[in-house]
Amino acid sequence: MTIRVMEEDFDVSSEIARLRDFRPDVGAVVAFVGTVREMNDGATVSAMTLEHYPGMTEQTIQVIVQQATARWSLLGTTVIHRVGTLQPQDQIVLVAVATTNRSAAFAACEFIMDYLKTSAPFWKKEHTSAGARWVEAHAKDEAALGKWQVSRTQSHPTL
Amino acid sequence: MNIDVRFFAGLREALNVSHLSLSVPENIKTIGALREHLCQRGDVWAHTLADGPLLRMALNQQMVGPESMLSAGCEVAFFPPVTGG
Repeated sequence: MTIRVMEEDFDVSSEIARLRDFRPDVGAVVAFVGTVREMNDGATVSAMTLEHYPGMTEQTIQVIVQQATARWSLLGTTVIHRVGTLQPQDQIVLVAVATTNRSAAFAACEFIMDYLKTSAPFWKKEHTSAGARWVEAHAKDEAALGKWQVSRTQSHPTL
Repeated sequence: MNIDVRFFAGLREALNVSHLSLSVPENIKTIGALREHLCQRGDVWAHTLADGPLLRMALNQQMVGPESMLSAGCEVAFFPPVTGG
């Protein structure tokens, strides 16, 4: 399990190569990359600042990955999340999951992203021509947890 | 009892503080009671830390509900719903 919260950019190919290194049992890798979108909620975003809660962030992601690892027998996982100031088109987050077969890899990658979005303590601030604004949480992100069929009390894995 | 309190994102900006080292009275036993205690600091505090769906709390870096018990030296955090990913 690799978890990194950092300002620097990441290279997806080298991260996937590292995940597969010396692992002949790996048969599938699914990677999700989230990027800064220029248009959001009707405004043009010129930059985005990401704040986080050092310590809690890493701990929360670790619990999410442990749950996914137990549920889908993952062979390896890399989660990288950037913080600081980013520009449109910049990479924000990478979740890469290695398994023996693809269905587990797709599911685990989505599970980790769904929980990261609703429980890892990151906050986005968008800079637009009208000024800066904090991005509001979307109910659909919380609703997305429903498909993993866990009760409300388990929806934040750190509990 | 001495505790550390941290604020993040919009709450940090509204309160203009990111960190407080507090000595709380003996009758403040839960994180919910601490929230009410902090609300008495003034209108901005009462507004910013108002109970509701836009306020999240963590105790020792784990998301918790208001009934969670404080302990000496614990770290409490208040912040809005998270928006990473």
